[in-house]
Amino acid sequence: MSNTAKTLAVASAVAAALAAQGTTATAQSKEKCYGVSLAGQNDCAAGPGTTCAGTSTVDYQGNAWTLVDTGTCSDIDLPEMADGTEREGSLEPLERDLPA
Amino acid sequence: MTAGTGNFANAVLHPDAALPAGLTDGNGQPAGRRFNVLRNNVASSLGEALRTGFPVITKLLGTENMKAIAAMYLRAHPPRSPVLSAFGTDLPEFLAGLPQLSHLGYLPDIARLELALRASYHAADAPALDPSRLTELSPQDLTEATLSFTPSLRLMRSRWPIHAIWLRNTQDDAPKPEAAPQDVLITRREFDPTPHLLPPGGADWIAAVSNGKSLGDALDIAKAAAPDFDPASTLAILLRGNALTSLTLKDQRP
Repeated sequence: MSNTAKTLAVASAVAAALAAQGTTATAQSKEKCYGVSLAGQNDCAAGPGTTCAGTSTVDYQGNAWTLVDTGTCSDIDLPEMADGTEREGSLEPLERDLPA
Repeated sequence: MTAGTGNFANAVLHPDAALPAGLTDGNGQPAGRRFNVLRNNVASSLGEALRTGFPVITKLLGTENMKAIAAMYLRAHPPRSPVLSAFGTDLPEFLAGLPQLSHLGYLPDIARLELALRASYHAADAPALDPSRLTELSPQDLTEATLSFTPSLRLMRSRWPIHAIWLRNTQDDAPKPEAAPQDVLITRREFDPTPHLLPPGGADWIAAVSNGKSLGDALDIAKAAAPDFDPASTLAILLRGNALTSLTLKDQRP
């Protein structure tokens, strides 16, 4: 590869990568969404020896959270509660569905 | 470690071993049953730690098989560190050595991928490079520049479709994996690490940049491995993952 071609290839790749990054940066932003994880499915990549991995013990536990796309938290469809009340995700820990 | 604690640790992990000398309960009687409770708790918690740390391996093998493997593993490779999150680092080699699993050749690399994700999670934070730093350079300066990566970045090469297998077992709608070698780059944009599939040549490029090659030299190295390689998509993964920490111009290098 000639030096000119290489310089052009590097510069255009950097420009393309920056353009791709610019369009997805905001969509990538995550927020904690409480009360939407199934039992044992709340997000945590920490592995053993921590208190976070799969520690929710009931479905849709109010104080367990999972990372969802920003702004979608309250859009996630959840089954109704036993008494027919609708569930919604929340950006704050919830008091409902706590383990007995 | 004293000889006493060594015997104690050995007795905890091996049900057939003699009780440590001098153990008594509150009434001065031998504490055999109580010691067995401790044995059970230690084996149970280490087995649970292994299942927590290797969720995809556990899913692939099934929980019951994983419990049996954990029982063997925790005796062959007892914890070397008191930090439970460091337990399990020898599992890839251990799985590779089990003749019962030799037909599942991809298992050790899936275990390595899960270890790399955990290591990325626990790696130090580092401030990300401002992407505008890349826009203000001339093409010549860019080609001669070198980049530094964040400590949470992990590169993994495999002759198995590790990314597809990982996706298939962590997401409901992922397609069935097809036999192909796959290279994975793990980035940690905020809190949780994400594995990304790299194009052919991407791993060669990352490895070269990581070794201090300039962007131009790294491109030559990657193209020697994969003639069609274009660094744009790989660089976009790095930028989206906040994985670049600094850029050094040629005349700033020693």
